[in-house]
Amino acid sequence: MGWIGEQIDSVKSLNFRQVLTQAVSLGMIVTSALIIWKGLMCITGSESPVVVVLSGSMEPGFKRGDILFLRMSKDPIRAGEIVVFNVDGREIPIVHRVIKVHERQDTGEVDVLTKGDNNFGDDRLLYAHGQLWLQRHHIMGRAVGFLPYVGWVTIIMTEKPIIKYILIGALGLLVITSKE
Amino acid sequence: MLFQTKQKDYEREGWAGLEAEQQPAKFSSEAKRRTPNMHSFGYRANALLAFSVTILALICGIASFSDNFNSPSPAAQVQVLNINWFRKKPDGNDEVSLTLNISANLESLFTWNTKQVFVFLAAEYKTPKNALNQVSLWDGIIPSKEKAKIQIRATNKYRFIDQGSNLRGKDFNLTLHWHVMPKTGKMFRDNLVISGFRLPEAYR
Repeated sequence: MGWIGEQIDSVKSLNFRQVLTQAVSLGMIVTSALIIWKGLMCITGSESPVVVVLSGSMEPGFKRGDILFLRMSKDPIRAGEIVVFNVDGREIPIVHRVIKVHERQDTGEVDVLTKGDNNFGDDRLLYAHGQLWLQRHHIMGRAVGFLPYVGWVTIIMTEKPIIKYILIGALGLLVITSKE
Repeated sequence: MLFQTKQKDYEREGWAGLEAEQQPAKFSSEAKRRTPNMHSFGYRANALLAFSVTILALICGIASFSDNFNSPSPAAQVQVLNINWFRKKPDGNDEVSLTLNISANLESLFTWNTKQVFVFLAAEYKTPKNALNQVSLWDGIIPSKEKAKIQIRATNKYRFIDQGSNLRGKDFNLTLHWHVMPKTGKMFRDNLVISGFRLPEAYR
């Protein structure tokens, strides 16, 4: 009994109107989160406007758990920019710095080589077998902003799914039982 | 409303009072758990969390915005001291090895929101095939303002390889780029072009 009992009582005492109101408010929370995410996608032009740094390859600049804001514009890629790229055959995108750029005269296509600030050598070992350069289509966006530590929330949630379920459950219960 | 009705139920039970007489020590913790204030505690915690996150976000925003008031004026000098060797690789691409002397003063890039400055020197040139070639030759991380005066003599850290065989007699720029990484917020970058370098006409 105790707290849980009271919560159950309050759930039982709900009438249809209250249930509906709460369903609507829950829907509002979910949709507004979705609106923010999709809106960010539109503004930044990047498929994933926010990424979490997972490795220490860019230390001491970016540590594990930091958050990066990405932008994908039409601007050409230049050396020194920090880009997020996908390599064929690898699921997890990589955040590294561009160290070499060769841009074609006629087509404007670009060959890019990247390297992690904290890595000894360049990224050719990370690329697909036999791949020497990244092309434009590999690149998902360039990092423009930085926020420390916040990404730990998602890292913990992906590594310990039980915490995620507890959190979602508790939030759901709070939404259902709150009446104000 | 909910709170008041529950409070009345609670008083009617009179359970906590009885408990208190018998076991005074246990009373406080039991009572805390039974109090119908649970809701308002949750709400308070939520409000406090929301408020502190908002304030933190605001401070981060202000810190990042304050970087805009800094107008840096870095200075740099670069010399090519020696062409160590210059060859055509078996795959047909030109490669050259240089000894560089880099001196720069980047102190003005640092503000209170600066975590580090990433600085690198790139050779930039045009070839018939490529409108732009940027080849990073040397880079370094400057962790603090105290270390922002650099004086370095080094051979190129990354290989200076062309796409093709266009480097003989090539005019090129050496550009010092910097990338300011903040403690939080927006990242800045800029560069200083130092032009007038020329590679020799023959391999050596």
